[in-house]
Amino acid sequence: MSLLEVRDLSVTYGADVRAVRGVSFSLDAGQTLGVAGESGSGKSTVALSLLRLLPSSARTSGEVRLGDEDVLTMGWGRLRTVRWAEASIVFQGAMSALNPVRTIGEQIREPILLHEKVGIRAARERSAELLDSVGVPARRVGAYPHELSGGQRQRVMIAMALACRPDLIIADEPTTALDVIVQAQILSLLGDLVRESNISLIMISHDLSVLAETCDRLAVMYAGRIVEIGTSRQMIAEPRHPYTRALSGAFPTIGDPASRLAPSGLPGDPPDPRVIAAGCPFEPRCPEAFAECSTHPVELWPAGERRESACLKVLPEFAKASA
Amino acid sequence: MSDALAAPGAAATAPRWYRSSFWPYLGAKLAGAVVSFLVMLVIGFTIFNVMPSDPVATLTRSHPTSPGQMAALRKQLGVDLPVWHRFLNFVGHTLTGNLGDSWQYHQSVASLIADRLWPTVLLIGSATIISVVLGLWLGIRSGWRHGSVFDRLSSGVSLTLWSVPTFWLGLILLVLFTVGAGPIPSGLFPAGQMSTPGYEGSWIGQVGDTVHHLILPCLTLVLVIFAQYVTIMRSSIIDELGAPYLLTARAKGLRDDDVRRKHAVPNALLPSVTVIFLQLGTILAGAITVETVYSWPGLGFLTFQALQIPDLPLLEGTFVVLSGAVIVMNLLADLLYRVLDPRVRAQ
Amino acid sequence: MTLVAPARLGGVRRFFRMPTAIAGLSILVAFTLLALTAPLYIHPSDLDVTKATGGQLAPPGHGYPLGTDQPGRSVLLLLIWGTRTSLAIGVIATLLAMVLGSAIGLLAGHYQRWLGRGLMHVTDWFIALPSLPLAISLSAVLGQGARSITIAIAVTSWTSTARLVRAQTLAVEARPFIERVRALGAGNVQVMVRHVLPNVAPLILVSSTLTVASAILAETTLTFLGLGNPTEVSWGTMINQAYTGSAVTRGAWWYLLPPGIAIVIVVLGFTMTGRAVEHILNPRMMIR
Repeated sequence: MSLLEVRDLSVTYGADVRAVRGVSFSLDAGQTLGVAGESGSGKSTVALSLLRLLPSSARTSGEVRLGDEDVLTMGWGRLRTVRWAEASIVFQGAMSALNPVRTIGEQIREPILLHEKVGIRAARERSAELLDSVGVPARRVGAYPHELSGGQRQRVMIAMALACRPDLIIADEPTTALDVIVQAQILSLLGDLVRESNISLIMISHDLSVLAETCDRLAVMYAGRIVEIGTSRQMIAEPRHPYTRALSGAFPTIGDPASRLAPSGLPGDPPDPRVIAAGCPFEPRCPEAFAECSTHPVELWPAGERRESACLKVLPEFAKASA
Repeated sequence: MSDALAAPGAAATAPRWYRSSFWPYLGAKLAGAVVSFLVMLVIGFTIFNVMPSDPVATLTRSHPTSPGQMAALRKQLGVDLPVWHRFLNFVGHTLTGNLGDSWQYHQSVASLIADRLWPTVLLIGSATIISVVLGLWLGIRSGWRHGSVFDRLSSGVSLTLWSVPTFWLGLILLVLFTVGAGPIPSGLFPAGQMSTPGYEGSWIGQVGDTVHHLILPCLTLVLVIFAQYVTIMRSSIIDELGAPYLLTARAKGLRDDDVRRKHAVPNALLPSVTVIFLQLGTILAGAITVETVYSWPGLGFLTFQALQIPDLPLLEGTFVVLSGAVIVMNLLADLLYRVLDPRVRAQ
Repeated sequence: MTLVAPARLGGVRRFFRMPTAIAGLSILVAFTLLALTAPLYIHPSDLDVTKATGGQLAPPGHGYPLGTDQPGRSVLLLLIWGTRTSLAIGVIATLLAMVLGSAIGLLAGHYQRWLGRGLMHVTDWFIALPSLPLAISLSAVLGQGARSITIAIAVTSWTSTARLVRAQTLAVEARPFIERVRALGAGNVQVMVRHVLPNVAPLILVSSTLTVASAILAETTLTFLGLGNPTEVSWGTMINQAYTGSAVTRGAWWYLLPPGIAIVIVVLGFTMTGRAVEHILNPRMMIR
């Protein structure tokens, strides 16, 4: 049985803002999944909904099976024990995701003391170990967040996420706002830790190259839906959805001659989340759209080995269609 | 900034107080306070020594005085000297504690003020402590669930109480609890002053007697000032509500109450703490009227008594002392914020 | 080129949808009408101590809905007449404070170098002074009466307006249109009066409404402490006379309650209206 199984997850804010529209995917133990998309695609909303952390104005439907329980319907008490102990989150922007008036040691200890029946001394030892494992000198345990560099803060977030030995870590844009060198360090750290402890990882980013490096599988989201999902290597090499093609073109690989010739950047904006359009949501911006794209409903269809894509072109009857 | 290039924390080993820039900060704030104090003296001097047309005339208007006597009085009071000379005298005297002599009490202003200092400190101190505790508690609860019935109710009550004139509230309570009205018996609380005249009880008894006299004035003051603390704490909490670190805390599995108590409140408390000190000016205004209503023998009542005639040296003395106290409190507020906020400390 | 015009129309509609705004405005209108129409039905003899016809300190009864005061005048009529004094002093003092504060704020925001900084220092020094002792001292020295109270209140109320206006002046002058206006040859006064002032005006309006509230409270406090004119009828003098006379000891609640309640209602009226206007202007003007 897979560790995490999401079925038909939908999230609506307020009366009509449909941020997530029927997302489904599964994750086995030790697997890594990258979720890519531009801002507004709903990827962060999906991440937060896995632990029911959305604001009260959000209405969620569908199923989020963690192990054999549905997170969306479990009681509050059970949810609080699941949070962090079974699945934890590495938030983006560690400067504001960490409490500015508490030391990092206190903040790492907090979930340990909450979820595990250990005393303060054991918690202190564990937090020192955790800091070491992420490459922050243990003696900085009494530092405040603003006293650390951006990269160090992100490492602290990772250490904190590992505190209760979760089965799953959700990393929401963990390297945004970090410079390239630090970014690489954080990614490799995350990758190593996850492999060593066989933790599953869901990483969210708008940067496809970051995800391609660290994650085995990749899901690309657009307008609240997954438009393509498959192994990351294949998807980057041979994207089967125009949006994925556009995304991978936006981040050229240095040294790859093909990238120099590929167009980057995609004009236009994502659709208004309040509107339910007929046909494919990407159609207005799609360079390969044809007549049926604006009327024919789309869903994820098989598009190769362990690959699915929500583009009409993967269907045999439209394989040769053009604008 | 790359991790590899960051210094390996050498600076973190020196004690914080040494490597921070606290001392220049302290110096700057202290200098500012001194300047404020001097300006206050200028303003006080202008009001009491430059503006009154002829203090001697005011002083002697009820007794017939000959011009010769008036000239002698002028010389005695030093009002025949040029303005700048008088100002320097004034500053010099004030800094050495000589605030002149009261016209109506034949006592030095300084000694009068010294006598009345403790009652005011007692009243203001107890009222502040109670108001802070009450205000913070209400403010935190209101802000955390802002928009709720509790919040709107407490905001409404706070707003109304702010609109109530302190002295009037004092009089109402005085009438209610001393004269009695309806079901409330008369004589429940003493009708004023700090202690029962001629009380001969033990030490504990005297303390109890003072407390008994303190209750109504303190209650009046609390009712009017606690609303400020509710407001400041409420808006501080509301400011923190959307903070990302609260989401982190929730994701860790903390209960809502714990998220509020352990994460939101300490952050919201920071700006509130300094406000407590900054409110002293408002509390003083309340204290002046409350002491007057209850004949509580403090600096406020002394100010009221100085208004008879008016007793200018005494009035000037209370003005200088009260303003000086507020300047000191503002200075303490600045320093305290610096000490408490770890982010500000590191600058 | 001003920001205010389009915002006003939508704002007025929003204003009337807020219950606190309607309540506040109604109170103000009611009391203003009361104050203005009072001379129509209150004769000088009603207020004259020597011509009082009611019983001394009598509780509410026939002909005297709120009872009588010490000399026998109708408390209700005194209350209505007192509205005039309190409103007049509150509004005039606020007007003075507004003019002074706005002028200083505009100048400090416009001439940012030595004049501006000097003015802000002066403002800070005044802010450091506790207002009631200062007001008491000023009134005592200027002599008893409404005039000295008004001046004293004005002197202690201008600082918050000055700060507000200065901050807004700085914000407005940072906008590109000011550069264009200057490039077209506008002088300092023109810039300040024709361009900055209209943008600052709504803020001043909000600030002044809230200042009137505290001015009225200050007026009653100063009058209560004996700095008012005892022969004049105002809410403060009524409470003062309740305190110094025997009304308190004789439990004459009808003399003590009404003026205080009137003060609370009027102050609430100004505060609610001011906050409502502030709330409406907030998203557009970014006051906070």
